[in-house]
Amino acid sequence: MSSPILFGIAEVGYFMAMMVYIGYFIFKNEAVGVTATAVASAAFLSQSAALIFRWVESYGMGIGRAPLTNLYESLIFFVWCLMLGYLIIEFKYHNRTFGAFVTPLAGLALGFIDLTGISKEIEPLVPALQSNWLLAHVTMSFIAYAAFGLAFATGMLYLVLSTEKRNESSYIFWTVAGSVFFIVLAAMGADFLTFKAAGTSQQQFIKGYLFKATFRSDSGPTVWLSFAGALAIIIAAWRYGYVLKRMLMTFGLSLEFLEELNYKIIAVGFPIFTLGGLIFGAIWADQAWGVYWSWDPKETWSLISWLVYAFYLHARYLRGWRGNKIAVLSSIGFITVIFTYLGVNIFLSGLHSYGEA
Amino acid sequence: MADKNIIDKVWKFFTSVKLAVALFAVIALSSIIGTVVEQNSQPEKNIKLFTKMFGAAYAQTAYKTAASLGLTDMYHSWWFTGILICFAANLTICSIDKLPHIRRIVNEPVKPIETKDFDKYGIKKELAIDGNIETAKPAALEALKKPGMHPIEAAAGSPASKDIQLYAHSGRYSRYAVYVIHFSIIIILIGSVIGVTLGFSGYLTLPEGETSAVAYTQEGAEHSLGFSIRCDNFAVSFYGTSDMPKDYSSWLSVIENGKTVLKKTIGVNYPLKYKGYTFYQSGYGVVPKNNSKSLIILNITPKGGKSEQISLAVGETFKIPGANSSGKVIAFSPALAFDKNDRPYSYTENMNNPAIYVEFTAEDKVRHSGWIAKRYPQTWAMPDGSKVELVHNWGYQYTGLQVRKDPGVWVVYAGCIFITIGLYSAFFLSHKKIWVLLQPEKSKVIIKIAAFTNKNKTGYEGVINSVFNRLTHVTAQGQRR
Ligand code: HEM
Repeated sequence: MSSPILFGIAEVGYFMAMMVYIGYFIFKNEAVGVTATAVASAAFLSQSAALIFRWVESYGMGIGRAPLTNLYESLIFFVWCLMLGYLIIEFKYHNRTFGAFVTPLAGLALGFIDLTGISKEIEPLVPALQSNWLLAHVTMSFIAYAAFGLAFATGMLYLVLSTEKRNESSYIFWTVAGSVFFIVLAAMGADFLTFKAAGTSQQQFIKGYLFKATFRSDSGPTVWLSFAGALAIIIAAWRYGYVLKRMLMTFGLSLEFLEELNYKIIAVGFPIFTLGGLIFGAIWADQAWGVYWSWDPKETWSLISWLVYAFYLHARYLRGWRGNKIAVLSSIGFITVIFTYLGVNIFLSGLHSYGEA
Repeated sequence: MADKNIIDKVWKFFTSVKLAVALFAVIALSSIIGTVVEQNSQPEKNIKLFTKMFGAAYAQTAYKTAASLGLTDMYHSWWFTGILICFAANLTICSIDKLPHIRRIVNEPVKPIETKDFDKYGIKKELAIDGNIETAKPAALEALKKPGMHPIEAAAGSPASKDIQLYAHSGRYSRYAVYVIHFSIIIILIGSVIGVTLGFSGYLTLPEGETSAVAYTQEGAEHSLGFSIRCDNFAVSFYGTSDMPKDYSSWLSVIENGKTVLKKTIGVNYPLKYKGYTFYQSGYGVVPKNNSKSLIILNITPKGGKSEQISLAVGETFKIPGANSSGKVIAFSPALAFDKNDRPYSYTENMNNPAIYVEFTAEDKVRHSGWIAKRYPQTWAMPDGSKVELVHNWGYQYTGLQVRKDPGVWVVYAGCIFITIGLYSAFFLSHKKIWVLLQPEKSKVIIKIAAFTNKNKTGYEGVINSVFNRLTHVTAQGQRR
């Protein structure tokens, strides 16, 4: 077995798990639930083996380093952490409802990899990246990102369960944010089906293929149709979002439980992010470039995400900042994390090498 | 008196968590601007950006407005600094204001509680075990010692009844953790201010063989180091025959009062430190042409003879020892490649594939000529059986060094260590209190438990449940035997 085959199995496995979890969510059949868990666990094991193989392979090639140094590897590791965290929660709390919310995140990340045709080669490193501080920085950042991803899932779930009036801002927030996620996933799926083998570099892909099958199509009517479709999805989600609530109610999740879980996950993610994401990152920058903080866009966006979570932690101490507002904050936090990670590479430029080639 | 009022008001203003939350939002939102507008770059870049955003008609005005608001060097602008000062004041004053209260909570001893109050706590439990108070007390004490509870006191309850009350608390110092976090942030801010005011940050480009007693600020002004630094050598290594650099290193010497006091080879991630200054390998490049000091270093092995190292400049001639032929270095290319018509050219200015063109003469006739490339050993073999290896080209490149002096960095690092400890304690430790009431009743003992924790209530509840459920289990089994 080699790592690409095992990664392939894991990838297909996660997509299948996503389907089965959603099936479980709709039919509430215990056998379907057990299948979902089995598929997700098998895919996770396959991915774990693949990570180990890739590590060993890199030694075989004389490069010898943990599989954590480029965009491809870091996304894979993010998915791994996310699924690990999810499976721990599932086993600890005997609740599968999150599965239908977490597996799409895993799917989104994996889909992004395939779609963008990010280089999967084990590549040698430029000198600045050959550092153990960097390795610790990247590893811990992704563990924290995965925690924030899980908090996002619980936060969204909280909002689904706690709102139903269409003029309530929290209701509007979750229906719009949820449908934008869905739309992006679907548009990327359409790109994938249309173009399959995409560009060679990420930059090229972003300019060349992302949303080319839909929003950025060369044919005018397709563009119009895509925007109209997206708008229709958002309006439908807003109009019928409460149906999701009805479906969820039968799982017996309490709001207090979700709120506490949301806080607990962030309470794990925040210290890891502070130490690994900000402090280790600063130490690495200090050693490699001679400045521990240089306000480059990636650093600044990490700080912004960190401040959003600090905001979250402190807002809990203010009267009136309970429930919905807190859940919205944890979702915004994860949106800034996604931007820190991908948006900065795509839209802004900086010293950081990730995704530049 | 009016003065005092104002001070009180200002103090009060800065104690509020509302202000803290507002400042988080303001800092986060304003930081975004700085990631969109290019910082400290040439005006053209931002004008281009503004043209895209607002159209060509407004780009100039937009740029002028942005520049006057300090948006092009935003993180050092007066207003951003002002926000950070407010933030630091908020943090300090809020913490100072709350500390006495926290100290009181931490130092407050645990006391027995009234029997009727056992129902009032968030965590409560009641169970009955077989036996009498003499067997129940050690069992309950044992249970309390289980992980996470560490009873530090045990005493009898009210003398009138036969009831016994055991109580304990643990982790009370974890209450300070949040203040450790907050003060660490102040420490980090102080460290960065020390760095900005007393430190130096600049660069130095040093060709091989050159010495400098100064470094340059970003604006190009000279900054005297107090010692001299010389670049003895510089080398880049590549992955295989690709142009991807694997590592680059500079051989540096520190010279003080005419004497070499330190020699060190630096690489990326491996800087040289001397007298508070740190020299980082940050880049490299090619020295502008006509450097009289540049040398080609060759290793010559005549057929069947011993190898010998020589250095010479382009245009000079060398002899192959033992043979009566000589070679003349005609040309040098930093990155040799051949085009479609087999004509040589340099594909980059960097020393990716250095090569020399050599003409060999014997008995006044040109016998042979060709390119000798450093990267390709097959080009080193000469038709007459001798070997001419291009070892190095010296004096052609400069090393790019970042020069930094930051006396505040250790303060920043200390703050980072404290904040790590603080975060761990704040999120994973908690202040717990527990009271256990033992009430003998016929052949049983009723155990009532009340407990309190400032964090992770469900976790503590779980521990208490598992520990005391085991108690009923154990004694019940003991009875049966
Ligand atoms: C970036 C800066 C800051 C960080 C990283 C930070 C971090 C924290 C953390 C981790 C907690 C514990 C939260 C929890 O347990 O859920 C906390 C609590 C708190 N923070 Fe901050 N904080 C910051 C700035 C501030 C500022 C400026 C204020 C000023 C008002 C403040 C006031 C408080 C208060 C009042 C608490 C609650 C303390 C308690 O539980 O008794 N914080 N902070």
